[in-house]
Amino acid sequence: MTTTTTTTTGATAPARAAATTAAATRTRRGPRHLGTYLFLTVMAVMWLIPLLWAVYTSLRPKADTDRYGYFSIAGRFDLGNYFAAWNQGGFAGYFLNSTLVTIPTVLLTLFFASMMAFAVSRFSWRFNTTLLIMFTAGNLLPPQVLAAPVFELFKLTQLPYSISDSGTLLNQLFGVVAINTAFQIGFCTFVLSNYMKALPLELSEAARVDGAGVWRQYIGVVMPLTRPALAALGTLEVIFIYNDYFWPLVLIQSGDRLPITTAINNLQGQFLSNYNLLAAGAVIIVIPTLVIYLALQRQFVAGLTLGANKG
Amino acid sequence: MSGIQPIGLSPATTPGPEGTRPPARARGRLRALTRRDAVVLAVMVAIPTLIQLVLVWLPTVASIVLSFFRWDGLTLGGFQFVGAANYRFVFAESPAFWPAVLHNVVWLLFLAVIGTPLGLLLAVLLDQPIRGSRIYQSIFFVPVMLSVALIGIIWQLFYSQDNGLLNSLLGTAGTPRAVDWFGNSNVNLWAALVAATWRHAGYIMILYLAGLKGVDPSLREAAALDGANARQIFFRVVFPAMAPTNVIIVVITIIESLRAFDIVYVINGATNGLELVSALVIQYLVGEGQVIGIGSAFAVVLLVISLVPIVFYLSRTFSTKER
Repeated sequence: MTTTTTTTTGATAPARAAATTAAATRTRRGPRHLGTYLFLTVMAVMWLIPLLWAVYTSLRPKADTDRYGYFSIAGRFDLGNYFAAWNQGGFAGYFLNSTLVTIPTVLLTLFFASMMAFAVSRFSWRFNTTLLIMFTAGNLLPPQVLAAPVFELFKLTQLPYSISDSGTLLNQLFGVVAINTAFQIGFCTFVLSNYMKALPLELSEAARVDGAGVWRQYIGVVMPLTRPALAALGTLEVIFIYNDYFWPLVLIQSGDRLPITTAINNLQGQFLSNYNLLAAGAVIIVIPTLVIYLALQRQFVAGLTLGANKG
Repeated sequence: MSGIQPIGLSPATTPGPEGTRPPARARGRLRALTRRDAVVLAVMVAIPTLIQLVLVWLPTVASIVLSFFRWDGLTLGGFQFVGAANYRFVFAESPAFWPAVLHNVVWLLFLAVIGTPLGLLLAVLLDQPIRGSRIYQSIFFVPVMLSVALIGIIWQLFYSQDNGLLNSLLGTAGTPRAVDWFGNSNVNLWAALVAATWRHAGYIMILYLAGLKGVDPSLREAAALDGANARQIFFRVVFPAMAPTNVIIVVITIIESLRAFDIVYVINGATNGLELVSALVIQYLVGEGQVIGIGSAFAVVLLVISLVPIVFYLSRTFSTKER
């Protein structure tokens, strides 16, 4: 890179000649771009096939696919599988569980992570980098590494039956909220601290001179300025938590308490002999993500690229 | 270069205040705080740190400790120290361990040789001024939004022996030659890897596109003026300028292949050709035996391997920062 920079700075006389070649390349671009379009289109079609196949299968009544085969275009198309899957699969309950896990997790994660990020990025104190490294590293661990001790910890934690019908943290949605929050705090702290570091210090300085305490600087000055990062991270985390398969698998024993993503296991067993229902179920599960994607695509992508350290 | 941005992606991708970072000495110092403020700040640090310690780091340490014990997990007692016996079982007796390690290595190589380069290629192509770039991006990005478990189901519909699209397209459907792509232990790892790549390539594409957008355009222009062709511009100018993104992509590729779990677990519970180290941990945890010591030994093996990319990433990220 250094060599290129030095050569470019010296280039003035041959610049015009080079510019002509560049122009020549530009005219040659036509056919090259044709190849690019061809490649991208073929790839895009291949990318969509598995999804479109699921949608296609889901729209056909089982009787018709039994008669004509799945690889056919004959027969009727309707939404019957969706109604059947919804009613037989118990989706309403699973979606409720997903909501009860996702919303508290995302809110708690952003709240705790923003406090921590504020403290490590706006003040310099001993160990602030050490703690930040610890937070970041924690998020990069494979969750399987801590699964067994977390399971035991939750099992051995005694809770009053008024809070938990199992008497422990196991088989409780708030247990899933707790571990997901802990796991995501590291990632969000890292991203938010980078963001907050780039905010001008003069702002909180000014607030401090005006007599604002630490908490006011956090709530009144830094947090409003962090809103774009919070929106991006919030969108990303909603998708992450909604898509989490692992923790409910380990921590929830009752099938009817599972969030939708982990409940896929149940649906798979239930609809095994009926691919049309399974396809409809899969499409139903995609819909919430797709809605968020279409509505908040920019936020989601910004969140991903803000914190590219996500494993 | 944008090395100061510890997440690696250049400042241009950060949708917000960018550029000038205040020097560390200008930051608030604790001495300047009132007592009340110091307490507030301490609480703001203590709560997240406590959550992190109790639910992430304590269990990690506990995994290491438990891997040297035999424990029924019923009460907080009855620990029996067994030395390295659990590890001896893992390395010498467990029938699934070495196949699982091999599968993890194959997983990593497949992503590194096919998945990641495909994502890079898509990013480089879509970074050009071509029509419909956004639409292509959206299409390649859709699988990134889906849960890996759901991807397992969607591909099951595609791969099914009797009803799947693939066997129909190959003309083998309904014949004895129809392949059970997820069931046949000779091919199911590859079938699962294709499904995993479907998601991985889109993820890498979006990260790399953001990195490419952050490369100073004047660098390219200067190189073009010097007569460099497109290939030279990419490999000699753009690629080196993207070092921080490249580090992230290497780390993500390694960590994704160590974390791979959901898809194989959905397909068949990570058995019959789809064993992975991450899944062995869980099988020994939820299986009838509940052999926690052995499960923990598997977890420690996974931890030790994972520390390699984690330490690499952290040292790259935080060493540029502390300076």
